[in-house]
Amino acid sequence: MKNLTLLAMPLLMTLAPNVHAAEVQLAVAANFAVPMQKIVAAFEQSTGHKVLLSSGATGKFYAQISQGAPFEVLLAADDETPRRLVQDGQAVAASQFTYAQGRLALWSAKQGVVDNAGAVLKTASFKHLAIANPKVAPYGVAATEAMIAMGVYSSMLPKLVQGESIAQAYQFVSTGNAELGFVALSQVYEHGRMRSGSGWVVPAQLHTPIKQDAVLLVRGRDNPAASALLGYLKTDAARAVMASYGYVH
Amino acid sequence: MTTDDWVAIWLTAKLATLTTVLLLGLGTPLAWWLARTDSFWSRCVGALVTMPLVLPPTVLGFYLLLLMGSQGPVGQFTTWLGLGLLPFTFTGLLIASVIYSLPFTVQPLQQAFRAIGARPLEVAATLRASPYDTFFSVVLPLARPGLITAAVMSFAHTVGEFGVVLMIGGNIPGQTRVISVLLYDRVEALEYTQAHYLAAGMLVFSFVVLLGLHLLNRERRV
Repeated sequence: MKNLTLLAMPLLMTLAPNVHAAEVQLAVAANFAVPMQKIVAAFEQSTGHKVLLSSGATGKFYAQISQGAPFEVLLAADDETPRRLVQDGQAVAASQFTYAQGRLALWSAKQGVVDNAGAVLKTASFKHLAIANPKVAPYGVAATEAMIAMGVYSSMLPKLVQGESIAQAYQFVSTGNAELGFVALSQVYEHGRMRSGSGWVVPAQLHTPIKQDAVLLVRGRDNPAASALLGYLKTDAARAVMASYGYVH
Repeated sequence: MTTDDWVAIWLTAKLATLTTVLLLGLGTPLAWWLARTDSFWSRCVGALVTMPLVLPPTVLGFYLLLLMGSQGPVGQFTTWLGLGLLPFTFTGLLIASVIYSLPFTVQPLQQAFRAIGARPLEVAATLRASPYDTFFSVVLPLARPGLITAAVMSFAHTVGEFGVVLMIGGNIPGQTRVISVLLYDRVEALEYTQAHYLAAGMLVFSFVVLLGLHLLNRERRV
């Protein structure tokens, strides 16, 4: 009997997509958008489910979900937002888990601007330092904490420009409008090194760990694709993609 | 209301006022030329001027960010001039606002100029008025309702600007954090009570402005 099931597995797997294919509406924190697109592509191929991916600031998703936005799964940039959604009765408590830990990077689009100790922050060689708005974006909070820990926060204040999400902070730096900025490592890192420009991976002890939690939202409770997607995030395949973008577990 | 609110309100008023003044200065000769010329090129310019009306502000914001950045031609020019880069500055926002609100100045003026027709100009010419004199003593007084509409609409439209500011502003208090951006921040941070002050204030402001404009135009007709 067991053998029979094993034999039937490949057949079931090829059939499964057509029989049970479902759609899932996913909200992803901006910093995780790029790796998630890769993970989603692999997920769709192996399960046949379809994922509708929206990326943006976690705080915005919280407000939208509270007002009835049709998202079924949230991959947040922190662990606080999923917890609050659970408290509000908008998310399933047992489903919350940390899918990745984010890392912060100080980055410039130009070569040779950022050294590998962040000492550039103590110089006056730049006019603008981009960060994500700490009021709404966890990476903005981490950037603020790191600057305070380095003792440069008050001297940086007049140079700060804020993006409404980490994606916009990155955009300010990559277009050269801000000489440097605190971005998510995942935005500038690929295959174990900086994709371009110059950067410094901010030591993890300079800020509270950026625990990024996933949670199943109430609207996705009965959607098989939603739980399958959350399960898929724990697979080695998904974790390998995350690691290549500099996320740790 | 907090200090942040007042700073944003003051900044928005300053931005809208300066934008309106600049636009009336630039838009009046442009609208005059457009109203008096009918060539392929004037049509092209007319279309260009109207574009901010139909383009999503994000398109404008995106290209301004690229153009005014360190690799962009405008950015290199302003750096060469010693002005530095324009995004995240009040000047940058002012330039963006002028482009963004340009159709709101040019269109009412152009229509007003066209409505005057050739006759008053010819009469003025037979009375030996110079073109300069004609423009200031005949055209502008006759086009007054158009001028008022242009000024009010440009001001109000700049106050309501959001997408462009979000993309090139960088959310700096006193520099680029205008009311609409602060309001967005408040909503994102779930500070709904404070968001209400600004949002309701904007509602009342727009209503008063539009009502005032209608009343002004009605009085003139009577």
